[in-house]
Amino acid sequence: MADLRPDNPYAPDRFPDPNKRAEFPAEAKARFEYILTRYPTKEAALLPTLHLAQEVWGWISPETVQYVGELLDLAPSTVFGVVTFYNMYNQKPVGKYHLQVCTNLSCMVNRAYDIYDHLCEKLQINPGETTKDGRYTVVEVECLGSCGTAPVVQVNNDYHENMDVERMNALLEQLE
Amino acid sequence: MQPIKVLTANIDKPNSTSIDIYLDGGGYKAVEKALKMKPEEITQLVKDSELRGRGGAGFPTGMKWSFVPKNAPKPTWLLCNADESEPGTFKDRLLIEKDPHLLIEGMIIAAYAIGSNPMSYIYIRGEFYYGATVLEKALQEARDRGYLGKNILGSGFDFDITVARGAGAYICGEETGLIESVEGHRGQPRVKPPFPAVIGVFGGPTVVQNVETLTCVPLIVNNGAEWFKGFGTPKNTGPKLYCVSGNVKKPGVYEFPMGITIKELIYDHCGGITEDRKLKAVIPGGASAPMLTPDEIDIPLNFDALMKAGSMLGSAGIIVLDESVCIVDAVWRLAKFFAHESCGQCTPCREGTNWMESILDRLERGNGRRQDADLLLDMSENIGGKSLCALGDAAIGPVISSVRKFRDEYLHHVEHKACLPGTRRYRRLDAPVGAH
Repeated sequence: MADLRPDNPYAPDRFPDPNKRAEFPAEAKARFEYILTRYPTKEAALLPTLHLAQEVWGWISPETVQYVGELLDLAPSTVFGVVTFYNMYNQKPVGKYHLQVCTNLSCMVNRAYDIYDHLCEKLQINPGETTKDGRYTVVEVECLGSCGTAPVVQVNNDYHENMDVERMNALLEQLE
Repeated sequence: MQPIKVLTANIDKPNSTSIDIYLDGGGYKAVEKALKMKPEEITQLVKDSELRGRGGAGFPTGMKWSFVPKNAPKPTWLLCNADESEPGTFKDRLLIEKDPHLLIEGMIIAAYAIGSNPMSYIYIRGEFYYGATVLEKALQEARDRGYLGKNILGSGFDFDITVARGAGAYICGEETGLIESVEGHRGQPRVKPPFPAVIGVFGGPTVVQNVETLTCVPLIVNNGAEWFKGFGTPKNTGPKLYCVSGNVKKPGVYEFPMGITIKELIYDHCGGITEDRKLKAVIPGGASAPMLTPDEIDIPLNFDALMKAGSMLGSAGIIVLDESVCIVDAVWRLAKFFAHESCGQCTPCREGTNWMESILDRLERGNGRRQDADLLLDMSENIGGKSLCALGDAAIGPVISSVRKFRDEYLHHVEHKACLPGTRRYRRLDAPVGAH
């Protein structure tokens, strides 16, 4: 079972550390208050609040789960259930540049796997891992809805379309 | 058939997302007109236009609106489905990023027709971050000009829209999955009935409509039902966006009257197949649609013709595969997608999709068994129709059709432990860095 540990939700480091407490900075707090006004129930604000938390901290830590639960009157287990269901909530810290390569069919036949393999080799990481300097994380993602300009690589929030290995290298240099 | 610019009339204009450009092109005229009509008249107009939902199922839109009960105990909701996640589909993204006001106008009219309460949501997939920012800006412009908010244009109708971002789950494109997600839950589809038109989001009657469907509404209000029916054939009416991707020379979004043939679209408008290779298969309606072989593509791209041919128009995401693609590899990639996106609620889908992916993978790795092709068909029978939503049915579409139409290629993988000569696999079977 050892190989299951990195993603094991019950691993000891997945419980909130009682000595650390997450708290939104003032600006995020104001945005959170605005989000609450847009939904008829507190629970409905969960997804946008998690997006906001990820914007602030870069990932959803066990402390964040606890904190968001307190904000919205939800059990941490309910929040955690939502965090793990959706792909975009990072359950561990990711690099400064989150390289998300779409490999679904239209991208695949336009050689998306070449880009994906190249990135893993060049950065010497396995899929889902982050480079030691904390700059890059490479993941394979499902269809990004940009099949007409395949292959597409999403870097953080931005789409980079009509990619190939050379363009990917050029992009990495820009990100340096 | 010549391409048209009806839904895409604005997208080539510079600064097309600005409200001024939209108003110059006659924008928000339909709202002015609609708010002077009775809600039932608008529903009847949409019914007369024979508009069918563009999200995949092709359900008549006007009929959907008329299912909403009057005087329901809880408020009625309009939700816009912008969770465009079907592989091969990218039309809604174009409309959102280039012409957000057309969508907003369509939503105002639809909300008025169904008697929506003053709040509505555009559920946009989380990855469309740019699209969400475009929408936010457009919504603010519309509020500033009085098209959204209290007492719109003095009609007494209050309405506002919030952009609700998804967080990466294909299943949230299913309408009850979307409803669950808007409520802040995991996007696991609900048991139907009750249908959303009776009990949907927050317990109220709910109408969920695709982006492209809603953008058709202002055009119908402005030009009338007869004009709309002038595009396409009876029961399959209106302008339609087709997304073409895969091995074609000129992929992209093309607009035609509903019913251009696949052959004409690929060869006359998309420039044919990449490097002039031969066509092997076409997936006509996004990853869920059963694939068609080259001798089956002289067929109109509309709901009824494709259904008759055993496939479906779905979201009109046309994926073209040329002769160099290994069909088992292509189907494996789609199976992997469905296995990843199954929400895990119903056992046949949760287990079956993963099992299908494993079998296709072992065929690719040369460990396939002679009975695997039949095993895939047998499994498909036990997944299809056995789950709460259509994801299970979607997952078996490419599997069944490819086994039936390319059985020799499956057998070749078993006998020779390799892809058919002249075809290729795109992924590497060894890990690029090496597992450690």
